Amino acid sequence: MDMPVPNAAVLGNKARIVARLLAVLPADAVIADPNETRAYECDALAAYRCAPLAVVLPRTTAEVAAALRVCHDMGVPVVPRGSGTSLAGGAMPTADCVVLGVSRMTAVLETDYPNRFVRVQSGRTNLAVTGAVEGEGFFYAPDPSSQLACAIAGNIAMNSGGAHCLKYGVTTNNLLGVTLVQMDGTVVEIGGAHPDAGGLDLLGLVCGSEGQLGVVTEAVLRILPKPEGARPVLIGFDSSEVAGACVSDIIKAGILPVAIEFMDRLLIEVCEDFAHAGYPDCEALLIIEVEGSDGEIDEQLAAIVGIARRHNPVEVRESRSEAEAKRIWLGRKSAFSAIGRISDYMCLDGTIPVSALPLVLRRIGELGAEHGLRVGNVFHAGDGNMHPLILYDANKPGDLEICEALGAAILKLCVEVGGCLTGEHGVGIEKRDLMGVQFTTADMEAQMRVKDVFDPKWLLNPAKVFPLDISAGRRVG
Amino acid sequence: MRPVNEAELAEAIRGANGPLHIRGGGTRRIGAATGEVLETGGLAGVSLYEPGALTLVAGAGTPLAEVEALLAGERQRLPFEVPDLRGLLGRGGESTLGGVAAANASGPRRVQVGACRDALLGVRFVDGRGDVIKSGGRVMKNVTGYDLVKLLAGSWGTLGVISEVSVKVQAVPEAEATLSAPMAIGPAVAAMAAGLGSPYDLSGAAWCAGAVRLRLEGMAGSVAYRSERLAAHLGGDWQVVTGAASAALWREVRDVLPLQSVDGPEEGLTDGLAGAPVWRVSVKPSDAVALLVGLEGAALLDWGGGLVWYRGAGDLRGRAAALGGHATLVRGAGVAFHPEAPAVACLAAGLRATFDPRGILNTGLMG
Repeated sequence: MDMPVPNAAVLGNKARIVARLLAVLPADAVIADPNETRAYECDALAAYRCAPLAVVLPRTTAEVAAALRVCHDMGVPVVPRGSGTSLAGGAMPTADCVVLGVSRMTAVLETDYPNRFVRVQSGRTNLAVTGAVEGEGFFYAPDPSSQLACAIAGNIAMNSGGAHCLKYGVTTNNLLGVTLVQMDGTVVEIGGAHPDAGGLDLLGLVCGSEGQLGVVTEAVLRILPKPEGARPVLIGFDSSEVAGACVSDIIKAGILPVAIEFMDRLLIEVCEDFAHAGYPDCEALLIIEVEGSDGEIDEQLAAIVGIARRHNPVEVRESRSEAEAKRIWLGRKSAFSAIGRISDYMCLDGTIPVSALPLVLRRIGELGAEHGLRVGNVFHAGDGNMHPLILYDANKPGDLEICEALGAAILKLCVEVGGCLTGEHGVGIEKRDLMGVQFTTADMEAQMRVKDVFDPKWLLNPAKVFPLDISAGRRVG
Repeated sequence: MRPVNEAELAEAIRGANGPLHIRGGGTRRIGAATGEVLETGGLAGVSLYEPGALTLVAGAGTPLAEVEALLAGERQRLPFEVPDLRGLLGRGGESTLGGVAAANASGPRRVQVGACRDALLGVRFVDGRGDVIKSGGRVMKNVTGYDLVKLLAGSWGTLGVISEVSVKVQAVPEAEATLSAPMAIGPAVAAMAAGLGSPYDLSGAAWCAGAVRLRLEGMAGSVAYRSERLAAHLGGDWQVVTGAASAALWREVRDVLPLQSVDGPEEGLTDGLAGAPVWRVSVKPSDAVALLVGLEGAALLDWGGGLVWYRGAGDLRGRAAALGGHATLVRGAGVAFHPEAPAVACLAAGLRATFDPRGILNTGLMG
């Protein structure tokens, strides 16, 4: 992974930079000791590491603005960080950067049930947003699997999704407003508790901009009343193609499950060994969850099972109780831990048209065989967001490189069939150099011109998203 | 000018030597327009429709009616319930898919499934430099690069001319029902909040012609169950209508029928609404009551109160601003779009300057 050569002038100016930061922030909000900054050297894409020059942990929008003004004046790159759970290297530092972490900004500022929103500081974790409103019967819908740890700031930066976004949408569909601090310290209020943008949809633009347009310090989030109940059905098939066809038929029939999860044989076996969920011995498994009252759930599950039966499933298991529902989800929810126990792995995130599922699953198998690595598939089938897991051995020289090459080949395949490189994890550094597969230079130029408007000096998270040769003329380093 | 493909569109914009007035069907135009007319009607045709993937891709000039008819053939529809505002705005013409996207035109179902921008999967467009640019794609989840799709949605042609639209569609549900009850605006807003805050998954909450209307859609058994539970949850007497009668109630809300002048188009208006300006106001739903207090014009609330249509005299812009919302003058003399806060206006101006450096695309429409 290439990163720009650190700016020597910035590295040599560390003492002054830290002094200026300490002049505008409380002493405990500035970390400059290399023993402590090392804790910020990577995010969840842990294969790549680099300790930053310094770290700041402000508590308010005003402190964020003050820190950014200092860095702006002194030409120091800034890498914003939520909880550091990015799988794409979105929060990975460079040696010449200040990491701006929002982890101390966790307050709930306003809850409004009649208008169904909550206003929070952006360092609050995803699950703690739901925690703040569930007593009144509400929840915040986007549910990335890291929701216990991940911060709203990072969710907004990456436009995070989750298992239930088939029904409720992703972050951008549930975000009403943000307080954004630009690199020069300007504080901008975008959107709010009213539904529509008054002019251009800057909110939609900021969401998913990977911390390159500004630092989000506060967010107005839409909350929803909890459904009366939810129950899954498990359906096993003797081929992935048939499972894919079943998914397509369910969607076309107009049934709207909250989740349709898919696992292939490798994942079924690994999860079964790990969690003993009682999964059937088969090639492909769907877990489909629907919501509502008991009667409504029965009505939807009957329709789903009716469609599934036409595809000759090897097993159909409806949950009749909370315990049965939990058991069905048990294996799926432990998929990543289960795989992690048997091997190192890389998790991909391409999205494809649902109709291309059978072809793509077959080609992934072939590509894996060509590269000599095993690939498991566990993903959100309802919206075509795949998560191929490439198994490799980190201790075997050259294996990571083969894994990366296979990952690139799979993502190119996703684009070829009409899909995209990343459905919910973001580009970061991980997919940065593949952007040219999906976009023309003109497409990327248009995106970079947006960054020129928000951050003319290209100091915010500058070495991400765009291939380095494409962004070279804009970055300092 | 009426380009028939994207290359011609790019050529037309590149070669333009003055302002261009970008027009889809001309059905929902607001504000003043200057410059040579550039129509998108030649960029027509559905290039992909996969009912099993809920995806449709079409040229920007494709008539909305053609798209809706095609979808109806598979018992599908556009989720965001496109308003037909010709009567309200006194316009003619045939709406196009690109025009719908450029205006982010969204109807009552927004409270459940979001606006047009939420269903837009991708766009291709030509910016003011004449560069062809794509963003997004045709898949349901896509975070690859910046979301210029959202930026273009509701940009009213000021950043670029949309040439192709990729959109998520939805199955038509088996059943629908509307609960309605006559109510004054205050209790109406409270009832809508109570309905939207219940677990019964409303797909519409409006106050129209002096009555609250709450819509439920889905499988037949589920709609019947929720109708009963919702009425019990809210208390009071509710009339329940289903099927076509329910759909007719929501067309009335969607197209803002009660605020249309009785004689339709501009000339020869005879009722009390004749000549009165029409405002579209976005506020926090519970602020709808304060927004309208003391005003004597006609009003309709949608989105639980978050969208207020108003026809008549009054300083709606000042009132909306005081409540933290904004007001668009959709019919009448004056500035169409609400002035933005300085920091937001600065970013918007910067974006317009970079996408349209010569300032030729619907010049001055949005600021």
